[in-house]
Amino acid sequence: MDKIPILRMGRFLLVTIQVDMHDRLAMALQDDLTSRVVKDQAKGVLIDISSLEVVDSFMGRMLNNIAAMTRTLGAETVVVGMMPAVAITLVELGLSLENVHTALNADKGMALLTSRLEASLEAR
Amino acid sequence: MEPGRASKIPEILARSEKDILEEWLREQLAAITLRKDLLPEADLRRESAEFLLLFTKAISSDTPQDIATAVWGKVRDFLASLSRSRAALGFSPSETATFVFSLKQPLFVRLQEVHAKDAAALGAELWTITTVLDKLGVFTAETFLIAREGVIKRQQEEMLELSTPVVKVWDGILALPLIGTLDSSRTQIVMESLLKSIVDTGSEIAIIDITGVPAVDTLVAQHLLKTVAAARLMGAHCIISGIRPQIAQAMVHLGVAFGDIVTKATLADALAHAFRLAGLSVARRQA
Repeated sequence: MDKIPILRMGRFLLVTIQVDMHDRLAMALQDDLTSRVVKDQAKGVLIDISSLEVVDSFMGRMLNNIAAMTRTLGAETVVVGMMPAVAITLVELGLSLENVHTALNADKGMALLTSRLEASLEAR
Repeated sequence: MEPGRASKIPEILARSEKDILEEWLREQLAAITLRKDLLPEADLRRESAEFLLLFTKAISSDTPQDIATAVWGKVRDFLASLSRSRAALGFSPSETATFVFSLKQPLFVRLQEVHAKDAAALGAELWTITTVLDKLGVFTAETFLIAREGVIKRQQEEMLELSTPVVKVWDGILALPLIGTLDSSRTQIVMESLLKSIVDTGSEIAIIDITGVPAVDTLVAQHLLKTVAAARLMGAHCIISGIRPQIAQAMVHLGVAFGDIVTKATLADALAHAFRLAGLSVARRQA
């Protein structure tokens, strides 16, 4: 079974989903990501889904759940590069991913994570 | 038509084609449904002569009463193109159908002369002519309506395309001025073109201006919310602007809420807010 690689970039984790997600793969990603957040003491997670063309309700819920889990562990999740068709599908399915931050591309997503991290450091 | 007794119609048509054409034209010109402003007499004469020629050929065949057969193919094609062109010119269906129906009068007169003494034959011949011309008339009206519906459908599609422009107002700021009622199919088009422009231009802020939307009910609000949610999923902020006082009142009375979406009264307010979000500021130049 192939695995989705998780890269570490400074205080953030980077996940690029480049294959069609099936349910088992999604569950494995959820396990790996949560344990990596704890292990690496990550402060943010960036999930790039710019090559994801097909999405279902399970996938949408999973993204939302991952975001809620990482937030509980102290890391914000930002989903970047969603295709218009995928966005329309998720909205039609009634999933608005309240827990997830979104950005147009990886660059802007990184900027968002950095600014949120700085804001939370200042608040401390 | 009883078998063994040949119809006199082809003979009549062949013998006095010119006279019938003249009488038929006179009939058409006298009819109150004729539109001289839309169709010159010369064109009408040319069309009538052509139709009469095709009609003579087809009625002389073995199956004169069944206009669905191949024999009538040319007549059908001619009538189809005629009603299409008349639909485009702006004729009404009855005006178009009169073209065929007015041929009855000159033919009936001729038949009466030929069968003056044979009532049974006259009845049979009249029945043939009436059936055929009625069928052709109905066919003409139907083709006319199909052509008209085609025109309406095309206009509707063009209106949909034209009424959803996405404008780039600043680097990273898009505006979508909506004009007309928002139904499900339009929302779909609006959503798709907005999301596509967001990707193409890499814009993070989109202003949806509803000044041109006549009424906002729960359904329209839901459609707007869907569009905003989809844009958010892609990573863009949406601002809804152009909410008139009446619409604000109606929305509160209906219990429609836009939640935490930023709403502004005018496009200018929305643009100012967008500048703030983007970290831009507009200042008056020092004199």
